[in-house]
Amino acid sequence: MGMLTVSASPHIRAAQNTQGVMLDVIIALLPAAIAGIIIFGINALFIILTSIISAVLSEFIFDKIVKKRNTITDLSAVVTGLLLALNLSTNIPLWQVAIGSCFAIVVVKCLFGGIGQNFANPAITARVFMLISFSDMAQSAFPTIVDSVATATPLAIASGVSEGTLPSLLDMFLGLRGGCLGETSALALIIGGAYLMIKRVISWHTPVSFILVSFICSWIFLGDLNGALYQVMGGGLLIGAIFMATDYATTPVTKKGKFVFGVCCGLITTVIRIWGSSPEGVSYAILLMNILTPYVEKFTAKKPFGGVEA
Amino acid sequence: MPLFSLPGVHVPHRKNTSDMAAVKGFMPKTVLIPTAMHIGKPANVCVKVNQQVKVGEIIATADGFVSSNIYSSVSGTVKKIDNLLLSSGSFAPAVLIESDGLFTPFEGITPPEITDYKSFIDALTKSGIVGLGGAGFPTQVKLSVKDLSLIDEIIVNGAECEPYITSDTRTMIDDAEKIKEGVELLEKYLLVKKVTVGIEKNKPEAIKKMSEVFASDSSVTVKALPSLYPQGGEKVLIFNITGKVVPEGKLPIDVGVIVINCTTLAAIADFVKTGMPLVNKCVTIDGSAIKEPKNLIAPIGSSIEELIEFAGGFKEEPGKVFYGGPMMGIAVPDLSAPILKNTNAIIALNKKDSVTPEPTECIRCGKCLLHCPFSLQPVKIAAAYNAKDGAELKNLKVNLCMECGCCSFICPARRPLVQTNRLAKGYLREFLALEAKKAKEENK
Repeated sequence: MGMLTVSASPHIRAAQNTQGVMLDVIIALLPAAIAGIIIFGINALFIILTSIISAVLSEFIFDKIVKKRNTITDLSAVVTGLLLALNLSTNIPLWQVAIGSCFAIVVVKCLFGGIGQNFANPAITARVFMLISFSDMAQSAFPTIVDSVATATPLAIASGVSEGTLPSLLDMFLGLRGGCLGETSALALIIGGAYLMIKRVISWHTPVSFILVSFICSWIFLGDLNGALYQVMGGGLLIGAIFMATDYATTPVTKKGKFVFGVCCGLITTVIRIWGSSPEGVSYAILLMNILTPYVEKFTAKKPFGGVEA
Repeated sequence: MPLFSLPGVHVPHRKNTSDMAAVKGFMPKTVLIPTAMHIGKPANVCVKVNQQVKVGEIIATADGFVSSNIYSSVSGTVKKIDNLLLSSGSFAPAVLIESDGLFTPFEGITPPEITDYKSFIDALTKSGIVGLGGAGFPTQVKLSVKDLSLIDEIIVNGAECEPYITSDTRTMIDDAEKIKEGVELLEKYLLVKKVTVGIEKNKPEAIKKMSEVFASDSSVTVKALPSLYPQGGEKVLIFNITGKVVPEGKLPIDVGVIVINCTTLAAIADFVKTGMPLVNKCVTIDGSAIKEPKNLIAPIGSSIEELIEFAGGFKEEPGKVFYGGPMMGIAVPDLSAPILKNTNAIIALNKKDSVTPEPTECIRCGKCLLHCPFSLQPVKIAAAYNAKDGAELKNLKVNLCMECGCCSFICPARRPLVQTNRLAKGYLREFLALEAKKAKEENK
């Protein structure tokens, strides 16, 4: 008989590991990615592939250079690459995608210690970085729809930045509108979000509070229910609320904290959208709240059961 | 009734043996009986090598109040008295007895004379009974209260929330009358007016049987609880049944509750009726390396190896063998380890299931917080422990951790969270002792 292992309990573990969590996020992002490819054409697929390959390669090379255990198998780099791609417009040159994705992984994630250690969401930070560095992309871009009609983003039209006619609410829901690759189809994003909640990868607290507060505030300030619906389905609100504001590393860990985080994101987004100079505010709202996360956590910490104050 | 239950984790049930009544007739050739099978001081050995002993004869006497008598589980000859390495890492004497195969009961065994509360507790000190749910706290100590009016209610713990284990389940089904007699003893001598039997919902047969047995007793309620580990944790069970919170540093009796395991109650009833102290234990044998999972009645001190052989042996080479369930069970270094008073299961896992997963970086998913029954913060505790920050560990209340293992179980990064909590608890004890010493010196 061989030697017996003597180890401390527990002797069994739950099925889901880090890789499983990341795989679930990838699965949840697929509907939006597929919708993006259908709506914007094959170029969307190239952007997605470039972004993912660049992200994974960057992490692989970084780990090699700093002699760390290779972490690409945890699939978190794939998530970052995919998420960034879904936040880009389809007329962006592929070399810019590769640089942005590399920035997300190396500067925002790896240099801060790798998975779980970064304080800002890599995809969002890279998006903002690209917005500043390659100023002809993102909001000023005019993404093409399948039927080849050049369209401005609805939020740009609604805020008067661009001219054009607003798409119908049904088109907004399905995603037949201008915008970033993966942000346009509310339907696809909601399916992904529902999947993540069912699999308990994310809780409802952040997405629901984020979306609800944005909706209510837009309704109050715009005084128009239709306008509020455009605000919710337009821009990056859904993808941000479901996939970016629920990022583990950069958002609060407690339920209460997640709720507060969502409410604050909703408020900031609405303020930027209605009174700011930019038609879009989701990225900035989440980024700002990323920075405030330690404080939100501090004030929403759970009290130990039966704990007595010293 | 609380408005919400405490969090926990959904563990696999694997109650493969819940339909199997305990098999009797296992007769070990030798038994190795340790003097430390309970919380408290090890008992003092009172037999000599080559001395003849019989079943139920005392072989070690309790050392002080928080300790327990130890009795021989076989008739035969004392062969050796030697120090045995315990799972706590310390050594305590153990008595090796060679069985004569006759299992002759000790002549001095007569039912105890019990007339009131005091004589009931006195009798229990001679029963060798300890908490059989796993903790092994001497029962006479648990039931000793300054004033009987302090007891508002008693909770009978039949939760059995660990995977695999069904020894309590079988006791509730096969020895339901004994549990009833045990409850009646508490009602009579502890003047208890309110009793709740808490059982997880995954044991419908036990719930049914208990409800039947207690149908005639209006002071007893049988409560089906959600199958959510660690439902059977003392403080968890108290909260989920009564809504009462046992504060830090206090005992259940401080909130008017005593929790007692159902098998312990049956053992008390047995002892009061016959005078035979605790010498046998119902043990579940299961796990991926076991050929035929079953429940067995084993004399205390039997070797794990002999018992598994009797049960049908291994179907695969075991990689890990432990006392108790997979969530809190204690792994043994080899199969010569004996069955203890508080052993409710022996689980043997095959090589594949015995691999300890490699931890990766924390991804801050927050699952450890979300699933901790006591809302502790394992990740922060680990950080404070690694920084050797005693003051922070005190703030984080790591001392409240009951080591249920939910955090480690659920962690997707496979981090050894509860393991670090244990180390942190030890470190905090040292830190507080040092602080107290410093404060004392300053006062001088």
